[in-house]
Amino acid sequence: MTVMQHIWIVLGVLFVFLNIAAGLIWVERRLLALWQDRLGPNRAGPLGLFIVLADTLKLFFKEDWIPPFADKWVFILAPAIVVASVLMGIAIIPFAPGIVVADLNVGLMFFLAMSSLGVYSIVLGGWASNNKYSLLGALRGASQMIAYEVFMGLSLMGVVMLSKSFNLTDIVNAQKGLWFVVTQPIGFVVFFIAGLAETHRLPFDIPEAESELIAGFHSEYSGMKFGMFFIGEYLGISLISAMTATLFFGGWLGPAFLPPVVWFFLKTFLFIGLFILLRASLPRPRYDQLMGYGWKLLLPLVLLNLLVTGAIALWLRS
Amino acid sequence: MSLVFYISSFIAILSTIMVITRYQPIHALLYLVVSFLALAVTFLSLGAPFAAALQVIVYAGAIVVLFIFVVMMLNLGKQTAQQEKEWLQLRAWLGPSILSLVLLAEMAVLLLQDAPEAMPATVVTPKQVSLSLYGEYIIAVELVGFLLMTGIVGAAHIGKHKKKSLHRFLQTYPNLN
Amino acid sequence: MISHLRTMWLVFRHLFQKKVTVQYPEEKVPLYPRWRGRIVLTKDPDGGERCVGCYLCAAACPVDCIALQATENEEGRRYPEFFRINFSRCIFCGYCEEACPTYAIQLIPDFEMAEYNRQDLVYEKEDLLIDSQGKYPGYNFYNVAGLDAGVKEKGKGEDEETPVDIKSLLP
Repeated sequence: MTVMQHIWIVLGVLFVFLNIAAGLIWVERRLLALWQDRLGPNRAGPLGLFIVLADTLKLFFKEDWIPPFADKWVFILAPAIVVASVLMGIAIIPFAPGIVVADLNVGLMFFLAMSSLGVYSIVLGGWASNNKYSLLGALRGASQMIAYEVFMGLSLMGVVMLSKSFNLTDIVNAQKGLWFVVTQPIGFVVFFIAGLAETHRLPFDIPEAESELIAGFHSEYSGMKFGMFFIGEYLGISLISAMTATLFFGGWLGPAFLPPVVWFFLKTFLFIGLFILLRASLPRPRYDQLMGYGWKLLLPLVLLNLLVTGAIALWLRS
Repeated sequence: MSLVFYISSFIAILSTIMVITRYQPIHALLYLVVSFLALAVTFLSLGAPFAAALQVIVYAGAIVVLFIFVVMMLNLGKQTAQQEKEWLQLRAWLGPSILSLVLLAEMAVLLLQDAPEAMPATVVTPKQVSLSLYGEYIIAVELVGFLLMTGIVGAAHIGKHKKKSLHRFLQTYPNLN
Repeated sequence: MISHLRTMWLVFRHLFQKKVTVQYPEEKVPLYPRWRGRIVLTKDPDGGERCVGCYLCAAACPVDCIALQATENEEGRRYPEFFRINFSRCIFCGYCEEACPTYAIQLIPDFEMAEYNRQDLVYEKEDLLIDSQGKYPGYNFYNVAGLDAGVKEKGKGEDEETPVDIKSLLP
């Protein structure tokens, strides 16, 4: 692959994912409306698509205010971290054979590392705002994300055992016969739940919990800094959906009548829809329920899954 | 590759110095994160991607977050920064820094005596790491497991509720909890 | 867990249900005859103003948005000299309609009265008066009132006895 081709792939991935993240503004509002028997935004442009443009323009022209009581530099740093860490995570996803920004040997570890760095945006944003609600949101977010990182990592180890590699291209190729969702159903469920908690989406949005903490860690943010948190959240949804499709649903694999990239994005959008459906249907758990659910149910489940997977893998080899 | 190594090690040293000299605890911890990230890049340049990823996941992603968590809970304000400022006086850091400078000089002399070897560039794969962990060093791994288990038991003991009493809202329906 | 999945399925099924949204400017909201919207002053079947300027509506108004000044014509028929409703204060409670003894003031099913300028929301008598009998067609107050104000003579109304001749000695 020449350098020029590589640059094109990087720019293409960046363009596609930023556009998906922006487009999700429309997709989410439209889908939520449909599930609540409404129509949703349908005025501006065809099918209301220009609402994305209007929202972005609005965010750009809002006053970018830094509260005088805030810790200025940390306050500015926090929204940048979330977007940067998620975009770094996207770099390792293989979209089709050969179309990947960084085909790392330790791709899965890199993904986990980047998602664990994302927690800083919440913690620092909440702390730098110097606001009680933000601080509470940051504390909740930090403990939630650290806890669910554990299950996220452990739920993926079954996949690693079966494919014998951390490289995502190898993992997709190992699913040629059977998708890992069949052999690793518990891993899939736990990964998806942990992904929800990791992107702090509803129903696990307790760091922002609008009804309790008035937007939690980003209470004090406005303008494009808030927009960065917003885009970061949508990028996180796209990342987790793309990873679910790659790890458990065979990534680009699919019948030959559609090109691989189309299969990949079809699967990704299915999971984005699932994210929004979860938001539309489930209520937010209490904080201790969330933690109890994680440590008392998911952790034993995922360890058992690991044990059984390892045993079967050994048994099949001998 | 050695240029990457030197740049990242320089960043690691610089950020560690910043960790010591910052008055505001959160800023110090942020520099600690940078230091750990620089260390991860150093590992990567030495051909240990697995160790680099673990460095980021475990140290930068979990442990420093817990540090920040605790600092946030302690609610350290301006007085703490003032206190730190008073501690960081010349007579406080002069002794330790002279001693470490002596050590640095010794290390430099030792390093410069031999002919500088080329940087080892063999890549350590995750497979090799796990084989050596569960092969040669299995005893160490199990001992660490024991240690962590005692830690968990201790934490569970400390965190256990002394009194088994429900909140008054939950008393009517005990199975709600 | 099962109940969570069931909830998700039930919510998902709403995708195919009829939407309740009314696409307003193109598609009008159904309004019923008794819907309380814009306030109007109605007219008699023969075109006279129904309002007799009794001030009962202004007294009943909880937000004091009605102002009027009664006067009388040469036939002795009372009517408002001016009648002013400040719709930026009006809460469309309908008390004025209930208080009105002559069915003159009525609330009609119309709410499209937004203005850019707040001052434009103060409606004068010519804005309020409509050429219609509103909800009570055929009703004329002076047909049932004892007063002769040019509509009918004294004692000529339905169920109305002729006035007692005070100068006669007969019962």
